[in-house]
Amino acid sequence: MCLGVPGLVVECDELSALVDFWGVRRRVRLDLADEPVAPGDYVLNHVGFVIRRIPAADVQTTLAMYEELVKANTGSGPVDLMAADVLGEIEAGRAGRAGGTGQ
Amino acid sequence: MTPLEFRDPTRARELRQALDRVVSEIGRSPVAVMHVCGSHEQAIARFGLRAAFPKGLDVIMGPGCPVCVTDQPEIDEGVALARQGVRIATYGDMLRVPGTAGSLADAQAAGARIDVVYSVAQAVDLAHETDEEVVFFATGFETTAVATAAVIAAGVPVNFSVLSAHKYIPPVMEIVAEMPGTRVEGFLAAGHAATITGSRIFEPFVARHHLPVVVAGFEPLDILAALVKLTEMIRDGVAEVVNLFPRCVTPDGNRHAQELLWRVFQPIGGRWRGIAHVPNGNLRLRDEWAHVDARQRFRIDVAALWNGAPSTLVRQCICGNIMSGIASPHDCALFGNACVPDAPVGACMVSSEGTCRIWHEYGGIPELGEPTCRFCQ
Repeated sequence: MCLGVPGLVVECDELSALVDFWGVRRRVRLDLADEPVAPGDYVLNHVGFVIRRIPAADVQTTLAMYEELVKANTGSGPVDLMAADVLGEIEAGRAGRAGGTGQ
Repeated sequence: MTPLEFRDPTRARELRQALDRVVSEIGRSPVAVMHVCGSHEQAIARFGLRAAFPKGLDVIMGPGCPVCVTDQPEIDEGVALARQGVRIATYGDMLRVPGTAGSLADAQAAGARIDVVYSVAQAVDLAHETDEEVVFFATGFETTAVATAAVIAAGVPVNFSVLSAHKYIPPVMEIVAEMPGTRVEGFLAAGHAATITGSRIFEPFVARHHLPVVVAGFEPLDILAALVKLTEMIRDGVAEVVNLFPRCVTPDGNRHAQELLWRVFQPIGGRWRGIAHVPNGNLRLRDEWAHVDARQRFRIDVAALWNGAPSTLVRQCICGNIMSGIASPHDCALFGNACVPDAPVGACMVSSEGTCRIWHEYGGIPELGEPTCRFCQ
């Protein structure tokens, strides 16, 4: 029951909107929408009611915040993840040989 | 992938590394944080995120499943009404939750008419199509309660009424924070409930308990990022409210929905199953809506159901401790043995948002050695 699902508005009138949820289309009510919605908007649906119009700019804000968290906690400068993975595998291989279980 | 699926594996790996680093900087183990939302637990289990969490971090599911915390006497009211011959419409999750003497599904098997609906709007449609009395057995937190409020405020047919078992999340966080023996050092707040209430609602809580709160969304990146921020605050001894779900949550929330919610409902104290009496934790219809209140319209004879004592199995159930974060499903002797999704003993095994049900389905904490989250690897 308690499951919010984002979707894309296909068409709407004052009372309800037809929303596409990854291919499943459903009519949802607009009584609770925080602001007017229009076709092309993303909305958050909960038990058949739109509870939020999701502004595109806020999606970008979210991604920028995550970028900040990564930068602040993984050392300065960009992290070469591939290198970390390769080093990890080399390390694991070394440990395996030391234990006499290498292939 | 749509722009709203926050599942980029590269970013997930980066966030996981950041989380590792912050948790190791805290320098003690385990660091325990709690989320209060079944949808968070579902996302954590479905994407295998627990395998990616650092070993020193316990992410506990608190009382975040509205089905699980619906108290037995509330279920009993629905069952009693159904057995009295009143047609009940409710969300599918509620059907098999055991009351004191059976569930709604048991009543249905005995001939009662129960309709499962996706939305309260469908229950209203049902009442329009018939002359019979239709009672909507309304469960769920404020996110769901606003939908019930919306249909009532918009006007319902005379044969429609509501049996409200709606609950309100902010007060129960106080209860969990004050529980003796609690290990919780910070909370992930449920993004969808906060879409309605706004993030500012948690500020008095943070000030009172000096525990950080991060409002989090439900995609893998949302959860990982929120945990990074939460553990950062624990590391630095900072207690603030941080909103990491700004695409849906604003400081003040959805004011229009709040206005409807409080126009129709008032908060009163009441029991949450397995937890405690929660002051202001239950939502009941205000007096001016007495004409759509099933408790006013019908004489609900719950006492007739209460002739038998609970079974021995029910007494062994530790759902309450699981929902308070004191125990995990693996601590329960019934889990996976006498209590399974097809024959649940406790409410946590019933709902798709219940901790036991989710752990039974996905395996709880995968023991995979090196982090091999199936999503971010």
